[in-house]
Formats: sequence, structure tokens, C-alpha cells
Amino acid sequence: MTGRLIPAAATLSFALCWEAFCRLQEIPHFILPAPSRIAILLLTEAPLLLKHAAVTTFEIALGIVFSLAAALPLSIAMFFSPLLERALSPLLIASQAIPVFAVAPLLVVWFGYGTGSKVIMAALIIFFPVTVTLLQGFKSCDPGYQRLFFVMGADFRKTLRFLYWPWALPYFFAGLRVAVSVAAIGAVIGEWVGSLEGLGYLMMQANARLRVDMVFACVVLLSCIGLLLWGGVSRLEARYVRWNQDTKEIQTNK
Amino acid sequence: MLEIRHFSKDFNGLPVLSNFSLALPRNSFTVLVGPSGCGKSTLFDLLMGSVSRDGGRLFLFGAELPDLRGEAGYMAQKDLLLPWLSLIQNALLPVMVKRKLTSDDYKEAKNLFSSLELSGFENHYPRQVSGGMAQRCALARTYFFRAPLALLDEPLSAVDALTRQSLRTMLLLLQSRFEKTILMVTHDVDDALFLADRIVVLSRSPMMVTQEFIPEGKKPRNPSNTELLHLKEHILRSLQEGR
Repeated sequence: MTGRLIPAAATLSFALCWEAFCRLQEIPHFILPAPSRIAILLLTEAPLLLKHAAVTTFEIALGIVFSLAAALPLSIAMFFSPLLERALSPLLIASQAIPVFAVAPLLVVWFGYGTGSKVIMAALIIFFPVTVTLLQGFKSCDPGYQRLFFVMGADFRKTLRFLYWPWALPYFFAGLRVAVSVAAIGAVIGEWVGSLEGLGYLMMQANARLRVDMVFACVVLLSCIGLLLWGGVSRLEARYVRWNQDTKEIQTNK
Repeated sequence: MLEIRHFSKDFNGLPVLSNFSLALPRNSFTVLVGPSGCGKSTLFDLLMGSVSRDGGRLFLFGAELPDLRGEAGYMAQKDLLLPWLSLIQNALLPVMVKRKLTSDDYKEAKNLFSSLELSGFENHYPRQVSGGMAQRCALARTYFFRAPLALLDEPLSAVDALTRQSLRTMLLLLQSRFEKTILMVTHDVDDALFLADRIVVLSRSPMMVTQEFIPEGKKPRNPSNTELLHLKEHILRSLQEGR
């Protein structure tokens, strides 16, 4: 109970300070809107905000699906073939040095103003951390276990299924958790560069009209999307990696 | 039953094994003792095929084989239980890798668990049980390789003295009740005296058989028996010379 009470109290007192600051200093709402104003806007403009939030969520979700579809087979292939790993890992690292934001305009040129360019943007950002952490997970497998599976006469497919994959699952989830939090950045930047809908589009429109309260409302919604995805990944992790949860169990029991 | 003929292996020009031969009779318990770094682990690697040998031939029941992959059970110093599987699933892992488990498999494993004093812990996870229990589960898994041969790589080195005694008894069970031929590597002479039908003393670089002993007395033996104590001194001396 106290575990939730303390962060809630902290958030509430932060909002109260913010509210008091805006009111006492008489800050114009187009510079810094008070939390109450943002809250009211969230309620009155809910249909509009939710419509655009749905678009962004869809882009993020699809980005996650696509990047996983590419990252899983690639990391398995790179783990299976050291030659492939040696050939591709410099490329993967180099690709990470490219600021994805710099490619965003290109993606819009290639894939248009629609959902496609945003999905690809989100997928690109997620792809690297998931691939690399998963590969790391596979490679961290204890040689003793590998030897055991070797003696059993298990081929790569069987060893992957019974040893490498469950072994790497905690790594996979660690990568995925990072990925879902950055996926939103990809989608929003894609929308900033050029789009006709989505929270990023709404933010650009609102910003141009000095509707700072609307910008804040979008930020609140984006945070909610991020938290929901984060929670979803944590839930999946708790369900499939229960055996790795010793420390968490101990913490919640106290 | 198992015959190792003229195995040799160099590492960077350094001969670890040279012309090494050993034959294991059926249902025998052979224990190799040698100074650390003498090449015991390399021998196991060559037998399993995880490292390729430079020369030599291998025969199992008279038929030549490239290596023992898929033909022998294996148990190591670490229990190597998979943390995401229950104890009973871990024991049945060698079966699980080959085919889907049936209720008969579980029944058999349950019976084995009761002989290994693991009853009631079938559905526990490795992190929930003691090191000794985990190692007994690893022993059960060695049985479920369903191979006539078992390779044991210092299986008793990581457990405390009390557990060690009970594990020794259970290893004998594996040999007598389930008729396994066992090749075990250890650096503990007491293990050898307690378990072995034959003790092979090895020397270092290249690894060679310096002496062989056949301890007297029916198993389970008492390693503090005077004759065995004499033998122990003898073995220790020949280990010294082999260094």
C-alpha cells in the first residue's frame, strides 16, 4: 500500500506546486499552462485527443511488431553463424551512429505522409536494442549447459528451443522494455516531420497556434501510452520469466 | 564394452594426450585420478566429440564410433539444472529433447526420485532446493540419458561432506541397479576408494596411465578400513611421482 502511496503523494504535491506557481506568478497560459487547465482540456477535448492518440499507438504497436519480426530471426542467425555476426555487427553498430531523426524526412519522402513512414521510424529505433540484447543473451549462455545439450545429441534447433531461448528471455525483455519507451519517440518525430494525424501532428498544430495547453495534453497522453506499454512488457515478463524473479518476490513480500 | 585406442591430442604443439588407451568392461566403475591439469577434461571433450582428436579410435560394444555424442550420460561438477524447469522436468530433459513426455516417463521419474530421496520435490524449481538435492536431480537426469554408459566429470567436487557421502551411495545405485558402465574423473582419492572397481592413476603432459589399482572389498566400502588406507597412501605417492 505504502509502495503506491508515496509516488502518488509526490506527483500530487508536484502538481500543486506547479498550480500555485502559475497562479501566484500569473504566468500566461500560452507560456506555461496550469495543471488544472491541462486536466480540463484533457476532458473537454477527449474525443479529438483520443482519436490522434489511437493513431500514434497503432504506429508504435506496428513498429514494435515489425522490429521484432526482423530482430528475432536476425539475432538467431547471427548467433548461429559467427561469420554472419562478424559481417553484420559493424554495420549494426554503424547504423546506430546515424541519428534516426536525420532520416525522418527521407522516410517521409519514400513512404509518404501516412502511417507507413512512422511505423518504419519506430521500428528502426527499436530494432537495434532488441537485436543486440537478444544476441548478447544467447551468447551469455553458460558453456556447461551447452556441453550438456551437446552430449545429449541435441541439434541447434532443439538447443535453441530448450536452452538458448529461455536463457535469453530476460535479456529479450530488457531490450523490449527499452524499445517500447523509445518507440514513441520514433513515431512522434515521424509525425512532426510530416503527417496528417497522430499526437505529433496535433502537437505541431497546437504549438504553431500557441496552444501550449494542448501540447501538454499530448505529452500527458504520450506518457500514458509509454507507461501502458511498459506495464504490458513487465506483465509478460513476470509471466514468462517467473523463475528469474527471486529478487522481486522478496521485495514485494516485505 | 568401451574401448579407447591410441587417443592423441596436441594443443599448440604441446601433447596433452599421446597414444592414450583405456578399456572399460561392462557394468564397471572406473575412476580416473590425476593431478589437476593433466588432461582429464580434454579426454572427456574428445570422448564427447566437443573437441576433435588428432588421432585414435573409439569402439562401443565392438562397433567403431566417431565420438560418444548421444551415446553416453553426462554429469558435471555443477548440477547444470535449467532454472525454468521443475526438478522432475530437469531429470527428464534428455527424454524431452528427443520426444514429447508421456505419463509413463513421469511415473518412472517419480520412482527414481523416491530412490534418490527427492520425493515431494518433483515440482520444486532448482533455486528452491539445496545444492545436494540439485546434484541428486542431476544424477536422475544422467539416468534418463538412457545410455549404457555414463561420463561423470568430478560430480562430487562441489558438495559438502555429508551430501557427498549420500551421493556416493546413490552413484553406486546407478551402477548396480541400472547397470551402467561408469567412467568418472576426480581428484579426490577417497571418492575413488569408495566407488571404483578400478582406479587408474594418470600422469601429466602427456597424460598417461602410470598405475592401476583394484581396491578390494565389496561395495559400499568404508574408506577408513586399513587396507584401503594403505592403498590411498600408495595412490597419493604415485600421483606425486606423476607430476
